[in-house]
Amino acid sequence: MSTKDKNKKGFYKTLFLSTLKLSAFTFGGGFVIVPLMRKRFVEELKWITEKEMMDLICISQSSPGPIAVNTSLMVGYHLAQLKGALTAALGSILPPFLIISVVSYFYDIFRSNTYVSAAMKGMQAGVAAVIASTVVDLFLGEKEFGGLFSSILTLLAFVAVYFFKVHVLIIFLVCALLSVIKSNIPSKGCKKL
Amino acid sequence: MIYLQLFISMAKIGAMSIGGGYVALPLIQQEIVEYRGWLTKSGFADLLTISEITPGPIAVNASTFVGLQVSEILGAIIATLGCVLPSCIIIVILAKIYQKNHDLALFQEILAGLRPAVIGMIASAAVGLMLFAIFKDGMANFATQNINFFGLAIFVLAIIMLRKFKFSPIKTMMISGVIGVVVYGIAGL
Repeated sequence: MSTKDKNKKGFYKTLFLSTLKLSAFTFGGGFVIVPLMRKRFVEELKWITEKEMMDLICISQSSPGPIAVNTSLMVGYHLAQLKGALTAALGSILPPFLIISVVSYFYDIFRSNTYVSAAMKGMQAGVAAVIASTVVDLFLGEKEFGGLFSSILTLLAFVAVYFFKVHVLIIFLVCALLSVIKSNIPSKGCKKL
Repeated sequence: MIYLQLFISMAKIGAMSIGGGYVALPLIQQEIVEYRGWLTKSGFADLLTISEITPGPIAVNASTFVGLQVSEILGAIIATLGCVLPSCIIIVILAKIYQKNHDLALFQEILAGLRPAVIGMIASAAVGLMLFAIFKDGMANFATQNINFFGLAIFVLAIIMLRKFKFSPIKTMMISGVIGVVVYGIAGL
């Protein structure tokens, strides 16, 4: 994104409203933010490239804290330093803050409402589809970037988290280490890997 | 002082939860229910239900909820700020490092290793959510009475909306919710 865009009057407003809207739709865990962010900032606004977005998501998810807030902070900072980070973060915190305040006030009404729980049950399946579809996109994209090595690493990471419940911190460290080692082996034949 | 305690407790949860809400949950329970006693066990169950029917990170939801219970709206604001403060500091530092070094070979190598790890993590969450949507007990038990056929149908429909018709994720989730209201709410299936 050029500096000219950033100086536009509506920039902070657009950034704030974007993370506000995305945050209002992160049902079913923070991972939903990944497809929402890509759609908004890469495809619609074209402020960030696909490759940058993946880097930003990757760093956000490897850090402690709520994923949606982290990703907003990261994207905001990338676009407009500290002021951007705070604008984006505020946008992502406000919806859950306001909604929880209202819902906990009317909690009993919400809990016993058939239509609320019916909508939630339907959305659960929708959210599952959104995340499954994202995984397919990410996997194919990563295969193009990193080839067979990345694909194998992805599968191993999945098996480690899903089946063996290995702590994610250990997985991050091992994967980062393997990648650094692989890149620094003086290789002739397996350069393609 | 209660405000300071709220702030510190939530900052602790924010700083220690790596890898999403499912990691944060046990931390929240430990800190809020067992250590501070701000919520009873049934209060914690309420928090889970509310988090499920509302959007947003579970740690932020929990902060707002607990803050409100402990000391009204000011408590909610302070707790929520505490929850996101560690993120703000850590992410700003990492973002700075990224901006300066993203062309560095070592940095790219580390990222190249983290990307598959993150995708594997998301895949794991996806499988969990899929099983939960399609099977009544949330496990891959293929007995006919354990399969939620409406859940399965909505899932397949949502996949078609996303992949074939290129619907946005938000639109897809909204339509799934509407179908849910019709199928489970109005028709009562």
